[in-house]
Amino acid sequence: MNEQLLLGAEAVATAAIDAGISGVYAYPGTPSTEITEFIQKSKDARQRNVRAKWSANEKTAYEAALGMSYAGKRSLVCMKHVGLNVAADAYINSAVTGVNGGMVVVVADDPSMHSSQNEQDTRVYGKFALLPLLEPSNQQEAYDIVRYAFDYSEEIKLPVVLRLTTRISHSRAVVKRAPMSDMNSLNPDTDKRKWILLPANARNQYAALVDKQSVLTANSENSIFNKVIEGTSSKAVIAFGIAFNYVMEVKERENLDISVLKVSQYPLPHKQIAEFLSKYDDILIAEEGYPVYEELLRGFSDNEKLRGRLDGALPRMGELNPDHLAKALGVDMPEIAVASSIIVNRPPALCKGCSHRDLFESLTAAMSEYEHKHVFSDIGCYTLGALKPFEAISTCVDMGASITMAKGAAEAGVAPAVAVIGDSTFTHSGMTGLLDCVNDKTPVTVIISDNATTAMTGGQDSSGTNKLYDICKGLGVEPEHIVTFVPLKSNLEANIEMIKKELDYDGVSVILACRECVQVAARNKKNKA
Amino acid sequence: MTRNVIIAGVGGQGILTIASIIDMAAMHAGLKVKQAEVHGMSQRGGEVQSHLRISDKEIYSDLIPLGQADLILAVEPMEALRYVPYLSENGAIVTCSEPFVNIPNYPDTQDIYSELKKAAKDVILVDASAIARQLGNPKSYNIVMLGAAAKYTGIDNADYEWSIKELFGKKGQEIVDLNIKAFYNK
Repeated sequence: MNEQLLLGAEAVATAAIDAGISGVYAYPGTPSTEITEFIQKSKDARQRNVRAKWSANEKTAYEAALGMSYAGKRSLVCMKHVGLNVAADAYINSAVTGVNGGMVVVVADDPSMHSSQNEQDTRVYGKFALLPLLEPSNQQEAYDIVRYAFDYSEEIKLPVVLRLTTRISHSRAVVKRAPMSDMNSLNPDTDKRKWILLPANARNQYAALVDKQSVLTANSENSIFNKVIEGTSSKAVIAFGIAFNYVMEVKERENLDISVLKVSQYPLPHKQIAEFLSKYDDILIAEEGYPVYEELLRGFSDNEKLRGRLDGALPRMGELNPDHLAKALGVDMPEIAVASSIIVNRPPALCKGCSHRDLFESLTAAMSEYEHKHVFSDIGCYTLGALKPFEAISTCVDMGASITMAKGAAEAGVAPAVAVIGDSTFTHSGMTGLLDCVNDKTPVTVIISDNATTAMTGGQDSSGTNKLYDICKGLGVEPEHIVTFVPLKSNLEANIEMIKKELDYDGVSVILACRECVQVAARNKKNKA
Repeated sequence: MTRNVIIAGVGGQGILTIASIIDMAAMHAGLKVKQAEVHGMSQRGGEVQSHLRISDKEIYSDLIPLGQADLILAVEPMEALRYVPYLSENGAIVTCSEPFVNIPNYPDTQDIYSELKKAAKDVILVDASAIARQLGNPKSYNIVMLGAAAKYTGIDNADYEWSIKELFGKKGQEIVDLNIKAFYNK
């Protein structure tokens, strides 16, 4: 089948397979998860033996993808926006080493924070690393851009970043495939001066990267993904990525006579932008994410022709939609019905029968006698323990922060200092923090709520399954303080006692609360039937 | 011809099955489709919606503008009400009448019905679960809903039949027949 109805994420996956990747490396994270899942299920990928298992975290994923590129083969690495923070060390330095086989870095941003802790804009990271970045506006373009990105990466010998946002990643449209490319054969790079980033080498490599910037800009100037739609009035819009769709929606519906410059390839096409800016008197800058380029184009002395997120023409935060654009372009809005006042919010909740429910019940009971009830938690389904009826956690900041924040709080005098972290989050970024606790003999109680999966993103394999006891023991936690229980109603009293005992211990304790995710159990049962 | 449909429900109720049957039927009818959906945290029992757009012309926005939906198709009555600002002047609401109560402050069901009736000229409440049970396939309440709303989507029933066969064909003729019965609600 040449034409398929695909999510933006699936269009990226399909294009990567068709571009001849030998491996995809990723840690699950909304809205990027479906890329890797699609490759894992793809017949074409299986036939080509494309490596597609989940990695422990985004940094290990990134480095493995870089290693595959070193070996001469094409690799894809995928993550959500905050995942790039975890992989940032490898990411920035890979711009200095450059690549051998084509390497594409897909980062899916989540403006409006549908499933995230912040709405950082990956385009800032693109500039930061001095790497080319591509930002498709629709699903077909996502496919075409990924095909181009692999060729481009090999041509300029740099990783190429692809930025998606939630609405393109999680929206379907028909995508047409192009013929598949052959896979690269093994051809490791032997240029050590490039890959050994000793300062003397790194300075040369960095100079070469800075030199390449003019080439990257020239390529953006000629990019087929950047284009102008001419109007005859003095009004115009510079639309970045998916914002182009919202502008065009309003322009077509309202027959607006405006010019539109669509930008999907960075660094900015300098001449094209300068020419466009000089032609019009009133220019709206529409960016899905931070006002990254609005700020740049306004400059220090401000350019009064420009409007956008910084002057309130568009909202300062959150994802855009066609209504924002219509308002900013001066379209008279029809009267919109007001939502009924009886509607209430329906926040997400832990599933019926979920093991985290029983864990929080026992933990809250065990802590009831203590004056201070501080529970440092983490990123995962169990973050929903913040909501009623549990209200059982005090913090959720970033992957792994439960253990290390509990450590710092314990050292400041908080007792008991309790961390609640999931199994997948623990192997992602919790293990090193636990080692710190062991080395300092910090009085913390670390509860690993082990449901044997990465549940929040849909039940992907978890790196630590069946290994958690050995990992904790190996990190130096005393075996008599690594205790295991099954969070079930019938075990409630016994579990409360076990937690109390460890809360009273003046050292590092780990409690493994182990029971399979109910969603995954149901899925496995269905697949067996 | 352009049709904008908001499909609404609660995470886990299976609104994406409805969306994918409409997608396939529209494509079979030679139309263009865009369909935005919700993945991630909200799928855990939260409010979920899909913006589905069908047209014979190029569709730009993945999201439906306010006041432009021709149809709200909901599998839960309060979730139908939530998206009324998206409904166009002549838009219709087709929703399951049975509430899905997973929150302590769920409003009075009769109040929801009366608010719904005020919100549009065409409001169809369907006791889909009861109908699906009567037809011998409780799981097919989604298809009952789709059948009740099909006339507002601008797609022929023949295309829907084709689409249902495509989706359920692997599970055997009996399941296909049950779902076609559910679609026609008889």
